[in-house]
Amino acid sequence: MDLQTMTYIIVGLSFALYIGIAIWSRASSTGEFYVAGKGVHPIANGMATAADWMSAASFISMAGLIAFLGYGGSVYLMGWTGGYVLLATLLAPYLRKYGKFTVPEFIGGRYYSKSASLVAIICLIFISFTYVAGQMRGVGIVFSRFLEVDILTGLIVGMGVVFIYAVLGGMKGITYTQVAQYCVLIFAYTVPAVFIAMQLTGNPLPQIAFGSQLSDGSGLMLERLNQVVMDLGFTEYTKGTKSTIDVFFITLALMVGTAGLPHVIVRFFTVPKVRDARSSAGWALVFIALLYTTAPAVGAMARYNLVQTVQIGQVGDPAGNLEVESRPDWMKRWEPTKLLQFEDKNNDGRIQFYNDKNPTFAKMAEEEYGWKGNELKVDRDIMVLANPEIAGLPDWVIALVAAGGIAAALSTAAGLLLVISAAISHDLLKGILTPNISERSELMAGRIAAAGAICIAGYLGYNPPGFVAQVVAFAFGLAASSLFPAILMGIFSKRVNREGAIAGMLVGLVFTMGYIIYFKGVFIEPMAANKPENWFMGISPEGIGSIGMMLNFATAFLISSITKAPPVEVQELVDDIRVPRGSGAAQSH
Amino acid sequence: MSDQSNEMGEAYWKANLKLMTMCLIVWFVVSYGFGILLVDVLNAIEFGGFKLGFWFAQQGSIYTFVILIFFYARQMNKLDRKFNVHEE
Repeated sequence: MDLQTMTYIIVGLSFALYIGIAIWSRASSTGEFYVAGKGVHPIANGMATAADWMSAASFISMAGLIAFLGYGGSVYLMGWTGGYVLLATLLAPYLRKYGKFTVPEFIGGRYYSKSASLVAIICLIFISFTYVAGQMRGVGIVFSRFLEVDILTGLIVGMGVVFIYAVLGGMKGITYTQVAQYCVLIFAYTVPAVFIAMQLTGNPLPQIAFGSQLSDGSGLMLERLNQVVMDLGFTEYTKGTKSTIDVFFITLALMVGTAGLPHVIVRFFTVPKVRDARSSAGWALVFIALLYTTAPAVGAMARYNLVQTVQIGQVGDPAGNLEVESRPDWMKRWEPTKLLQFEDKNNDGRIQFYNDKNPTFAKMAEEEYGWKGNELKVDRDIMVLANPEIAGLPDWVIALVAAGGIAAALSTAAGLLLVISAAISHDLLKGILTPNISERSELMAGRIAAAGAICIAGYLGYNPPGFVAQVVAFAFGLAASSLFPAILMGIFSKRVNREGAIAGMLVGLVFTMGYIIYFKGVFIEPMAANKPENWFMGISPEGIGSIGMMLNFATAFLISSITKAPPVEVQELVDDIRVPRGSGAAQSH
Repeated sequence: MSDQSNEMGEAYWKANLKLMTMCLIVWFVVSYGFGILLVDVLNAIEFGGFKLGFWFAQQGSIYTFVILIFFYARQMNKLDRKFNVHEE
């Protein structure tokens, strides 16, 4: 059986499984549609949260990013896991106790204001659409590479599957489908990692293997990796290139942003009890950590394999570089996608892969070796997908990775679509525009909103506005600077009032958006070059959400202190969400 | 709310804040401390084939986060019972 047939079968089987689960767990009430009837076991909820959280970016891009950034990639590892500690200790149990369906509902209730709720709805919709467009793009890439259909067909199939289980099943369908998707994606991620770890070091555990001795006897994996990349003019792998202050603030923005992402928070509304919300955050992180501790190993091993493939002998010796003619099949297979490109700049029939951005090394290489520039361009997004091919693993593993990538993208997309649909039908229609809407009509509106959101997401996936890559910083920055502080102060302070919270969210939002647009030029031309010399205190746009968050806190406290304290019933509400007892009675209003 | 339950409620909240602060200190130290601010110092130490600072940044901090959440959840359940605010 050839690879393509195998991929069709494995991906097809996984789709059949998801749809089967969706039909079995159809939602019949708004409670089931929004929060799965609040009856999901914490371990199952943890697994679903993990699948919801780990997007196409985690599955496809992260290890590749780490492979090229080395130590610098740690910002993603710590940033995207540390947020769960904040969720478990600062937000999840209290929001579960509050007992409503959505994040804007909490903000509107705690700050006794529809305007506050509206600001939250706008942030939420912007964050979620940014995110979902990236997922649909991921689905498109996987389809076009492995099933060799065009991106449009791939998108339509992907949208169709999400449509069936998100629109029919609501949160209940999504939760149980995500449990299945987690199993598919974690299996697909770890199997190739174990194979490659075995090949390189003889140790099957990737987490330990990348700190082990190489099987060929050349020394410790990471020391050897440092050596081979530095020989080619790159920065030492375990060191990285970002400044300490920037690493600090990016990590902070990602952590706080994670804790403020509505589609993550809403997962903790689905468990039966307050104490389940706490432990469920722990389970979610266990399942996430399985992938997140494997990823740095995959990154290091992929970087090592890639360099070894091209640099087959001594650096500087002409015979030390791979001949173009004898390049492996996987390179040829990726060339049509343009994600891997080769150009023989010095016409020697061999491939030179080195850091030509390093002036000293590039000059030396040109004078002594006759190298005329780096000849191999590898898009970092292909590292995970190409990994099994690079390591020469069997076809079924390659097919599995395709199914895993699609599972990661679909599970996140579905979670986001539900948050968008709840924001429209529950917060906007029921909460603000037409409070008298019946449950039946609200459920219908939710389904229509989800269907509409899928179409917009599909459109954004097919015609990605040039700024999709840039706006990822937006999603985390906005969540960190607007939603997170508002929720946190709502729980831990009785003094912060409506005026303070709204002013804080707006200041955080405007500052963070302004800074990112100023350097990255979303919608408009950038107003200044995006480089460290121009940044505020050396903080890149990726990390600026941290400063936005601090401004939000400062503004909220200042304004609250000079305006009237919140009404007594709101202060009593805060007292009430601080104790677990009495959470059982979940009400929709 | 009677005065007595009010006092109990305050004591519960204080105990909770104390536990939370402890957890967040550990959270900060393993990631921002060991993984970022002190990374160069710790990198001088070898730890099972890794430089220690690098290991904390890419492995150790994540393991600590997991343990931390379960520790917090367990201690909170105990506090809930001690102050009689647990769920049935």
